Amino acid sequence: MFFETLKLAVQAIRRNALRSFLTLLGIVIGVSAVIAMVTIGNGTTVKVQEEMAKLGTNVLFVRPGQWGPGRSSATAKQFNDRDVVEMREQLRGIRAVAPLAQMSATVVYGNESRSTGAIGTDASYIVAQDWELARGRNFLDGETRSGQAVCILGKTVQEQLFGGEESLGKRIRLSNVSCEVIGTLEPKGESGFGTDRDDVVLIPLRTYQRRIAGNTDINRITVSALDGADTSKVQADIERLLRERRGISGGEEDDFGVADMKQIADAQAVTTGILTMLLSAVAGVSLLVGGIGIMNIMLVSVTERTREIGIRLAIGAQESQVLMQFLVEAVTLSLLGGAIGVALGLGLAGAVSVGMQIPFVFDLGIVLIAFVFSALIGVVFGYFPARRAAQLDPIDALRRE
Amino acid sequence: MSDEETFDASAPNVIDLRGVSKTYGRGEAEVRALDRIDLTIRRGEFTAVMGPSGSGKSTAMNIIGCLDQPTAGSYRFNGVEVGRLDRKQRALLRRHYIGFVFQGFNLLARTSAVENVELPLIYRGLRQSERRPLALKALERVGLAGRAGHTPSELSGGQQQRVAIARAIVTDPAVLLADEPTGNLDTRTSEEIMDLLVDLNTSKGITVLMVTHEPEMAGYARRVVEFLDGRIASDSAVLEAA
Repeated sequence: MFFETLKLAVQAIRRNALRSFLTLLGIVIGVSAVIAMVTIGNGTTVKVQEEMAKLGTNVLFVRPGQWGPGRSSATAKQFNDRDVVEMREQLRGIRAVAPLAQMSATVVYGNESRSTGAIGTDASYIVAQDWELARGRNFLDGETRSGQAVCILGKTVQEQLFGGEESLGKRIRLSNVSCEVIGTLEPKGESGFGTDRDDVVLIPLRTYQRRIAGNTDINRITVSALDGADTSKVQADIERLLRERRGISGGEEDDFGVADMKQIADAQAVTTGILTMLLSAVAGVSLLVGGIGIMNIMLVSVTERTREIGIRLAIGAQESQVLMQFLVEAVTLSLLGGAIGVALGLGLAGAVSVGMQIPFVFDLGIVLIAFVFSALIGVVFGYFPARRAAQLDPIDALRRE
Repeated sequence: MSDEETFDASAPNVIDLRGVSKTYGRGEAEVRALDRIDLTIRRGEFTAVMGPSGSGKSTAMNIIGCLDQPTAGSYRFNGVEVGRLDRKQRALLRRHYIGFVFQGFNLLARTSAVENVELPLIYRGLRQSERRPLALKALERVGLAGRAGHTPSELSGGQQQRVAIARAIVTDPAVLLADEPTGNLDTRTSEEIMDLLVDLNTSKGITVLMVTHEPEMAGYARRVVEFLDGRIASDSAVLEAA
């Protein structure tokens, strides 16, 4: 008998092709939107975290003000030369301590110019960042101390200004400083935050402070630990030293932050988590709208089909047989729509993850939620109005137009 | 009452209404569609029920067909008190003993003639292989052998009504109830439908009860019952007996 009911249901679905198609469409759109959005959101989060993790945990970033989204480093008290000197003298198990002061500046060569990141630092910067020179040489101690007008170009700047032309030994103008190119850097690509790390010009810190910034501030200190050194101990040492140097008493919070890329990434993950939630909310709305669509079509169709229910009752169908047919019909449509929706949603997410080069993160939970939710709507709104109609006296059901 | 259980076929009266009333609405708005009617139909009769619209003839027909329930009175079908049956049992009664033909045909749209005729058999639990020959035979009986695959929209009104009659007789019912079966048809087609009903009555012994407001159609019946204002105004059987 169940097989007969299934056949009746399939027959009814095929007879009402347009109505069935619209119901199906509602389910498919709702399910696929939720699955695609959440999968893409999750992929983005994983991508950011992976990128961050690649940068390693043996490099510590020290900045004024604490790390974290919404925290500013600009308003906190900046570091100075003495901080760097003290760190170099007192910290154990470190490879390099690199000071860094930066702002955006215009760089000009001949007719070419672009806005880039001007970084004042010294020879330790490349070491701390585990960066390689493509050509030329690093800063000399003498150049750093006396503030010579020399610079090292990132790949992007070098290509933009010089194209294929030789850049070593040429003079460029950075902000209002005319300086000689002594080296170029290997490309490093995008950071996890999507910024171009090759769009930089390095110049000696002293030169930067005197001739570009006009102060003696240091905005960042990058500390790289020796391989095998305990970075959490190095981190604690840095914190202790800086608290002492900045006169922070026992109970007060740090007014600076020390973190490795993993920790910064974790703080950032809160932001991408919010993004995922936002995407989920949008997807949830589309699921809801899809659900309302299904609901409407089901309600309208049952009203339309009340006469059909009356006919079936008149020729001897039991109420339960008519209901079972409508239930099987709704379940069949919902399952079919749900399956297509899951396939479409995952396919869409797969295509986007290939296009945006983010990992494809399959989340069984959201697939189940989307599937069950739309199936439930289909069944509930297919079943209950039908039950109301099937409970009428046959003649009342027949009289409905 | 199970599917297999049968009614007392020896009861001479297939249909026996005693003091049956039907009212709609309550209080001031109460409408009395049927007012304490008594009606007895014997096995094998061909009865026409006549009367102006609103006289209660269709209401009586719906109660007899167990599509509707009386507000008061007793209705015995083949000796069984229908008022004591629940919804399920009334559905079984319709399934096994009653065939319906409606003025508006009431066929399932976009569904082929043979599938429409098969429908009552599905609910009887017959398999496709058993249903198809019976349905085709019923279609042949009403002269539509060549139209089994046509949907209602591809058939004329007369042909649709023939499909409906085939659907009604495919289960070999004891009683065929026809509510204005020719109401939507032209005279010639109406006559064909009436010939078919008479033939089913005489050759298969099906008890036929037909509502109509056309005297020509009532002329095919051997007994005519006239309704007026919810009561039976005249009954040719009673007149003959008197």
